[in-house]
Amino acid sequence: MRKGLTVCSRELSSYFNSPVAYIVIVVYLLICGWFFAANLFFDRQASLRGFFAMAPLMFVFFVPAISMGLLAEEQKHGTAELLFTYPVTSFAVIAGKYGAALVLMSLAVLLTFPYVLTIVSLGNPDLGALFSGYFGLLLMGAAFMAVGLWASSTVKNQLSAFILSFLVSFCLFIIDKFIAWMPPPLARVIGYFSIENHFKALSRGVIDSRDLVYYLSVIVFFFCWSLYNVQRRKWRG
Amino acid sequence: MITVTSLSKYYGRQAAVDDISFEVPKGQILGLLGPNGAGKSTTMRMLTGYLAPTSGSISVAGHDVLTESLAVRRAIGYLPENNPLYDDMNVLDHLQFVVRMREIPAAQVRERLRSVIDVCGLREVLEKSAGQISKGYRQRLGLAQAIIHDPPVLILDEPTSGLDPNQIGEIRQLIKTLGSEKTLILSTHILPEVQSTCDRILIMNRGKLVADGSPDELAARAGSEEIVRVLFKGQPAAGLEKLQAIPAVARVEELAVDEPGVTGMLVIGREGEAGDLRELVYEVVRDEGWPLLELYRQRLSLEDVFKQLTLGENVDEDDVRRVA
Repeated sequence: MRKGLTVCSRELSSYFNSPVAYIVIVVYLLICGWFFAANLFFDRQASLRGFFAMAPLMFVFFVPAISMGLLAEEQKHGTAELLFTYPVTSFAVIAGKYGAALVLMSLAVLLTFPYVLTIVSLGNPDLGALFSGYFGLLLMGAAFMAVGLWASSTVKNQLSAFILSFLVSFCLFIIDKFIAWMPPPLARVIGYFSIENHFKALSRGVIDSRDLVYYLSVIVFFFCWSLYNVQRRKWRG
Repeated sequence: MITVTSLSKYYGRQAAVDDISFEVPKGQILGLLGPNGAGKSTTMRMLTGYLAPTSGSISVAGHDVLTESLAVRRAIGYLPENNPLYDDMNVLDHLQFVVRMREIPAAQVRERLRSVIDVCGLREVLEKSAGQISKGYRQRLGLAQAIIHDPPVLILDEPTSGLDPNQIGEIRQLIKTLGSEKTLILSTHILPEVQSTCDRILIMNRGKLVADGSPDELAARAGSEEIVRVLFKGQPAAGLEKLQAIPAVARVEELAVDEPGVTGMLVIGREGEAGDLRELVYEVVRDEGWPLLELYRQRLSLEDVFKQLTLGENVDEDDVRRVA
């Protein structure tokens, strides 16, 4: 556990020692700020609807940028050989790295708090919905991040990891845009896999255990697959 | 200290390491020698638990590499091939990261850090990032991270590759110092390195162990025939004939010499023949009245043993492949 934290803090320091963290945060805030502010005064409603509506698509682009190097860089530079010959379990290494990526993502998300201050000063927003919206945002981000972690454990090159996690994330995002043309039973199944559907309720202030289960399943599924990929590399060479 | 039993590693259907067994007693410095691609690195990666064997078993300090992987990793200090380091960290941060990963007790951290920084001579570069320091310093940092927890077993994969001769000398000195109290396995394809540092040599080729012994034993193994090199002024044909006539000579080979009028010969003595071949060769040259320019005895070195054991086989198999 302590060594998982050591891995996590090393990973964070490497984010902040390079321009990656700053670029990701600044660009994320710029684009989110525009979506937040663009329709705010036309809608005449004190809500984060614009920001929340675009949040899933934002994650599709930004989360892979954070996660792409997590394990791929270790493979490419050979430092995996150091890391995995220290007395530490693969689980602790992967958990530490996943944790570091979540910290960076959460920091970017929480830096949007001026939006909240803005709408609180402009009107009378539903604070419960705001809270559950942010909660849902972090949960959804964690699910996207698990996809990114998996992509980074699958390929050795971080650009390939970016593209792979972008593609999978985009599929999870786009999947429910087609259900209008599908027969209802199929639509229900496909709709369940949509990562955005589960966020919609949360962003309106409804915390439904089915949504939580969905996000946790995605996280556990891709986390375990990453762990499996790392273990398999040991056997395959 | 280390026991390897029928160890094999297959990448797909290709055997990188093919059924090797050896034991390393406590305190020995073992050199793992072989051409590139012989399976040295793969063997070391399995010893350190980075790769799992396809079959066979490894025990390090009484622990099985597969079932007690963490205990094995605790007992080993490892310098991987090409010395990978976190280039974005500075030297001190890097060492502190290793300190935490190696779970060194808080009370010993200061002393251990000071010790490796002094032993490896890293004091001047502590604040520089690992990506900016010279190759010599990188190698020392690589060694420092391997020895910081004072492990009983050290595994160094090509510790001197890419260094200049002065740096190689320094690292070798460091290895000798470390080897006096630890069980040490180092791999290399540089022969003088093993000759000067190792108690024992294993030669690998194409995944198999082809020789095992002390540097002297291995050199002696191939050195049973005597070879004399001679340069004189005279006709090659006559020289060939006269030298061949010596009873103690097995065969004579002509050497290519670029000086005009000078003939060079390699005289190979019969195995087990008594007497000094140099003397016999000199007498022939003197009797013929050829001015003698050079005469010396060639000893078969470790290098020749290495070539015999690893080159011949390669050529054969390449031929087979070409025919097939």
